[in-house]
Amino acid sequence: MSARVLPGVGVGRRAVVGPVVQVREPVRPASDAVIERDGAPVPHDELPDVVGAAFATVSADLAARAERASGSMGEVLAATAQIAADPALLTGTRKELSTGTPPVAAVEKTIGGFIEMFTAMGGLMAERVTDLASVRDRVVAVLVGAPLPGVPELAEPSVVVARDLAPADTAALDLDRVLAIVTELGGPTGHTAIIAGQLGIPCLVRVTGAGDVPDGTRVLVDARAGRLVVDPDDEDVAAIRRLADAELALEEDTAPGATADGHPVDLLVNIGTAADAERAAAATDARAVAGSGLFRTEVLFLDATAAPSVAAQAAEYAAALAAFGGRKVVVRTLDAGADKPLAFATLADEENPALGVRGYRIGRVHPRLLTEQLAALGQAAAETGTQPWVMAPMIATPQEAAEFAASARAAGLTRVGVMIEVPAAALRAEAVLAEVDFVSLGTNDLAQYTMATDRLAGQLVDLLDPWQPAVLELVATTARAGRALGKPVGVCGESAGDPLMALVLTGLGVTSLSMSLGSVPAVRYALRRHTLAQCEAMAEAALRAASATQGRAAVVDLLTEEARRLLA
Amino acid sequence: MASRTVVVGSSSGLHARPAALVSQAAAAAAPATVLIGRPGEDGVDASSVLLLMSLGIAAGEEVVLASDDDAALDRLAELVATDLDAS
Repeated sequence: MSARVLPGVGVGRRAVVGPVVQVREPVRPASDAVIERDGAPVPHDELPDVVGAAFATVSADLAARAERASGSMGEVLAATAQIAADPALLTGTRKELSTGTPPVAAVEKTIGGFIEMFTAMGGLMAERVTDLASVRDRVVAVLVGAPLPGVPELAEPSVVVARDLAPADTAALDLDRVLAIVTELGGPTGHTAIIAGQLGIPCLVRVTGAGDVPDGTRVLVDARAGRLVVDPDDEDVAAIRRLADAELALEEDTAPGATADGHPVDLLVNIGTAADAERAAAATDARAVAGSGLFRTEVLFLDATAAPSVAAQAAEYAAALAAFGGRKVVVRTLDAGADKPLAFATLADEENPALGVRGYRIGRVHPRLLTEQLAALGQAAAETGTQPWVMAPMIATPQEAAEFAASARAAGLTRVGVMIEVPAAALRAEAVLAEVDFVSLGTNDLAQYTMATDRLAGQLVDLLDPWQPAVLELVATTARAGRALGKPVGVCGESAGDPLMALVLTGLGVTSLSMSLGSVPAVRYALRRHTLAQCEAMAEAALRAASATQGRAAVVDLLTEEARRLLA
Repeated sequence: MASRTVVVGSSSGLHARPAALVSQAAAAAAPATVLIGRPGEDGVDASSVLLLMSLGIAAGEEVVLASDDDAALDRLAELVATDLDAS
């Protein structure tokens, strides 16, 4: 059988081979669908027993999955199993049947009644709505003899394929058995891709036709090349295995980040919580990973219904700082708004939130959020005896940078910087840098604003490419300002974790690269195989290129042969 | 049918985990039924976590438990009065 290749957009660099498991959409049969058993319609007086059996089957299946699952996933499944066994659902459905309601409609109406009631009650009750909907879809599927919807149980390491994965679906995945995630929709900076990237799971998005690959089909997911190979031949598979072995070997090298001729580049990791900090710090030493170049503090705020207290914030920051000991930690102040709304600081509906009150601008509406956060960080620094770096997101002007620096220094913080993600700030980088101690480039947002392309618009991904020469031009402008003033210029966007881009950024004069922990080995390897002069030549080629694709190709041509085999 | 009036001890009221534990205990009393409700209102089947949660009973509220099984009634009354969020 010959292999079939479906193109997509890859996230991460790894490639894996495994069997497909499709995430099924719920079936939506007609509400008066005829229920059959053994090829014949079920007589009316037997319907209550058949419906009862469907609830029992669903409950038993969920309970069995809860037994086999670990940790919080087991608890969630057990709670859903209890709902499926709830006597009120069976009683309600049977009552509907006795008044002549058809079976599917009876199930939907009974469970729908609870969904409406719990939604109206809000709060803790509203959280049960997802469980109720899941029970409804499952019972309906069993009634009409369709496969169970949702994320199936993974009996072996598998490639999970879905049209799109909701956050709840991702949370229900047994990650130890997920080899890769493939979706038909979504974009490379969407929810699924970011989660997959953080977990180091290869991911392909925007793969048209992936949903039609039958369960159990062997596929090769090649994130780096952005392709899904259906029924790969042995040669394809062997090539992937060789690369995987080489990647493993890369991880054994833990020398500090530097080019072949010893030009140092700090290799840092992005974190969201103190737990992330503990994990990253425990897995590495200060030589291998110099600290964190991006501590996204909004994670602490996103689930909160009220602003966390100064004491609660200080405790979380202190835990992260302590985990890294004396290593560098760059804390980013609250970056909320746009795609990251806050429950307790909701802004009036904005027509265009990405261009609205987000990041540092939140301070215009809720000044206390920023002052309290800086106070908490100042306390955490004093308590741990460390000197955290702190930076504000979405700075547009030198005046904003000066204002932020004054607030941060007033809170006792000594290393103050801002993010460069608005083109205006990049164009005035020298004036911005004059006000602060360092800057860090957020390449995802910088690309979004430079290219006027929504990060969530999957069909525009080519415009959002960080290899776009216009985006690199702004990085170059910023790095030049850093060199002129002798101040550090970091990159903490996704592009810092792409080893080829890391070479270009280093050539442009960027002094630190912050990425997901899993990206560090390949970036370290790329740097160690090339001199600063080679990096500068690559930067020059990428800047001069007519397009993103040509720029990347030009850099591939300049790689050493060994690096090209491993990285290109 | 015997009944007991109890003050809800769980700090989150009869939601989530406390509701799950109470309904499991009520289900264990089968074949006897345990009814739960606010004083003066018709009780609901306490073995249904959905009905139990739909009452929206908060911490510190009084509830009436009723059943033919005295032993089950005692067990349930003690459980409802305990702060199940604390364990």
